[in-house]
Amino acid sequence: MKQILIQDTNGNLRKELRDFHVALTTQLRDWGLADAAQVVTVADIGIYQKGIVAKVLPEGFVYVGLEVKHVPEIIEKTIQHGEKIASLAFEKKNKQLRLVLRNCGRIDPENFNDYVANDGYQGLVKALEMGPERVIEEMKKSGLRGRGGAGFPTWMKWNITRAVPGEVKYIICNGDEGDPGAYMDRSVLEGDPNSVIEGLMIGGLAIGASQGVFYIRAEYPLAIERIQKAINECYARGLLGQNILGSNFNFDIEIRLGAGAFVCGEETALISSVEGLRGYPRPRPPFPSVRGLWEKPTAINNVETLATVPYILFHGGEAFGKIGIEGSTGTKVFALTGKVRNSGLVEVPMGITLREVVFDIGGGVLNNRAIKAIQTGGPSGGVIPEQFFDTPIGYESLQKLGSIMGSGGMIVLDENDCMVDISKFYLGFCVDESCGKCAPCRIGGTQMLAILKRISDGKGVDDDLKKLNEIAMAMQKASLCGLGQTAPNPVLSTLKYFEAEYKAHVVDKKCASGKCVKLVSYSIIKDKCTGCGMCGRVCPAIAITGSRADKYSINTEKCVSCGQCFDVCKFGAVVRQ
Amino acid sequence: MVVETLVEDVFKVVERWKDKRGNLIMVLHDVQDRYGYVPREAALEVSRQLDVPLARIYEVLTFYNYFKLTPPGKFNISVCLGTACYLKGAPALIDEIRHLLHVEEGQTTKDGLFHLQIVRCLGCCGLAPVITVKHKVYSAVKRGDVAKIIAEHSSQKVEA
Ligand SMILES: Cc1cc2nc3c(=O)[nH]c(=O)nc-3n(C[C@H](O)[C@H](O)[C@H](O)COP(=O)(O)O)c2cc1C
Ligand code: FES
Repeated sequence: MKQILIQDTNGNLRKELRDFHVALTTQLRDWGLADAAQVVTVADIGIYQKGIVAKVLPEGFVYVGLEVKHVPEIIEKTIQHGEKIASLAFEKKNKQLRLVLRNCGRIDPENFNDYVANDGYQGLVKALEMGPERVIEEMKKSGLRGRGGAGFPTWMKWNITRAVPGEVKYIICNGDEGDPGAYMDRSVLEGDPNSVIEGLMIGGLAIGASQGVFYIRAEYPLAIERIQKAINECYARGLLGQNILGSNFNFDIEIRLGAGAFVCGEETALISSVEGLRGYPRPRPPFPSVRGLWEKPTAINNVETLATVPYILFHGGEAFGKIGIEGSTGTKVFALTGKVRNSGLVEVPMGITLREVVFDIGGGVLNNRAIKAIQTGGPSGGVIPEQFFDTPIGYESLQKLGSIMGSGGMIVLDENDCMVDISKFYLGFCVDESCGKCAPCRIGGTQMLAILKRISDGKGVDDDLKKLNEIAMAMQKASLCGLGQTAPNPVLSTLKYFEAEYKAHVVDKKCASGKCVKLVSYSIIKDKCTGCGMCGRVCPAIAITGSRADKYSINTEKCVSCGQCFDVCKFGAVVRQ
Repeated sequence: MVVETLVEDVFKVVERWKDKRGNLIMVLHDVQDRYGYVPREAALEVSRQLDVPLARIYEVLTFYNYFKLTPPGKFNISVCLGTACYLKGAPALIDEIRHLLHVEEGQTTKDGLFHLQIVRCLGCCGLAPVITVKHKVYSAVKRGDVAKIIAEHSSQKVEA
């Protein structure tokens, strides 16, 4: 039987998608082929902004830009005769390597047997044969490092947790995905839930835990539903519970939900939250490996890390270790967004350059504007300017540039983005999300934000940049958890590479991109104004008056610098200064 | 809001979670799923049935953004202010909604119809900027589209 997967990224093609889906299923029935092909909706095939996308299995043909009128041809040629329709087929230059996303968009995530048919739970079978020590040995060979941000070697974390004496241990999957602007973990949880469960089980086996916990943010209802469903299936098949697959390994899993707090992605805060408390971080040491959930040794791993584990066990650590570069092996999933043409999830081998990701895979900058920088690592990361785009991606190489690998956010900034504004955005996020427990983060963040606001309002003073540096240093050194320690990073890295832009704000009171509204003013050139009055109609402040005969003008007292008149004027009569 | 079935509803939730350690957040999630927010009466009932001080319950409720203490509007407008949406113009959309509905973030319009909420990354950054109304997702929204989106939902109510 064939399967036709239709991509539904929750976008605004809803109606067209539904129509296409209906047309496909009814026509299949009309042709008497209802049993020959099954139509399944999936969250992500990995192709975006190409209209309706579908993939036909087992052939693996990917069709894009689909419409209802294509249905008969698809049924006749592809379903009946297994032929590829060249005019609809999508061909890509393949710089990507999909290991973590190996099943996303390829299998039906709600169908347990689909996962099993694609080597599912084979990693676990091997792990059970090998036993904990050899599993950890294999992980060591693979060189896998944590994908949640810090990049700590996974084998080492497991080895430490294993060595701590204690009957009861826990392993937690961190599915809190806090970076605002990234959704790698969501896609894996939704698109291949069993791979994460299998990884969690292997981790449990390795450290000697018989209880696993999924901590998933409540904002991801579909991910929660699919994980729960997969867990239930595992219990029904004896893959969870007592004496798994006839071994003496016992393992249970339960789900706990986050509730909208970024700090709960930090491991000690996460533990507090699982215990039903406010998500306050705790001083480390003791590290969770020694004293974690309910004071027991606990290993916490990221979703992507765990989804990689079954692959490593099945294909061997050595094979995995050959992918990527020294010190940063394997692949990394990035959520490539911002001002990039093909926005979406990409999975690439480590060592590929930023330029390849953004230009060869992402198709370059939207609207052919000039690229300014790439931001990685979200609110804990930094910006990388164009002169470093040929740097191979790795944990150390990005750190050297003042950014981090992070969990996989990759945001393209163009000439219309203002660096002061960006750092204000990220810092504002951290200030909002600071739990307030420690003073350096709570007070330092607020003060830095006040300075940034002042700068973008045109009220910056001479030693503001120096002060930003000083407070940043104090926050990095003295904050209790990673949130406060890394919150200044976006400010520091923009200061490092774009100091001139900050100076333009402070000294000349200018914002070249027009983002800092208090630093720009608008006016209308009489000679170019045709008197059409569009500007007056969109002005929310009623600051624009005039008539066809007299032309229009802006009352600067009332103007709020929103820029709507600028955007709406077709004649270039509104100018920004 | 006092619902007749409140004691029973809470009982069902508590029954499901009572043997698990650290269950408070999960209990509150279930309560919010049931009512759309956590009414004070329900919090009191949870306190009684779980034998947890009310202060502990509000300690948790007020820490986590996800928990709501007031009833949501009929249509919840969520504007994404994640990085991708921010860069692609979400602030202008918020401005426009404020301007059209006279509400600030976290407020409900006087007629109880719309509630404005700002959220961080809906996980579909490729479609930025994104707004959701009830469960409908609008992508690549421009300032000029906002009025249309609001009208679409206001008229639904007139028909109903
Ligand atoms: C403020 C803050 C937020 C974090 N958010 C996340 C997150 O959303 N997801 C995640 O996996 N790790 C997050 N981390 C990193 C975790 O603390 C932890 O290092 C990680 O889950 C370990 O898993 P790994 O070794 O597999 O990467 C965050 C850290 C900090 C300091
Ligand atoms: S930033 Fe808005 S959906 Fe991700």
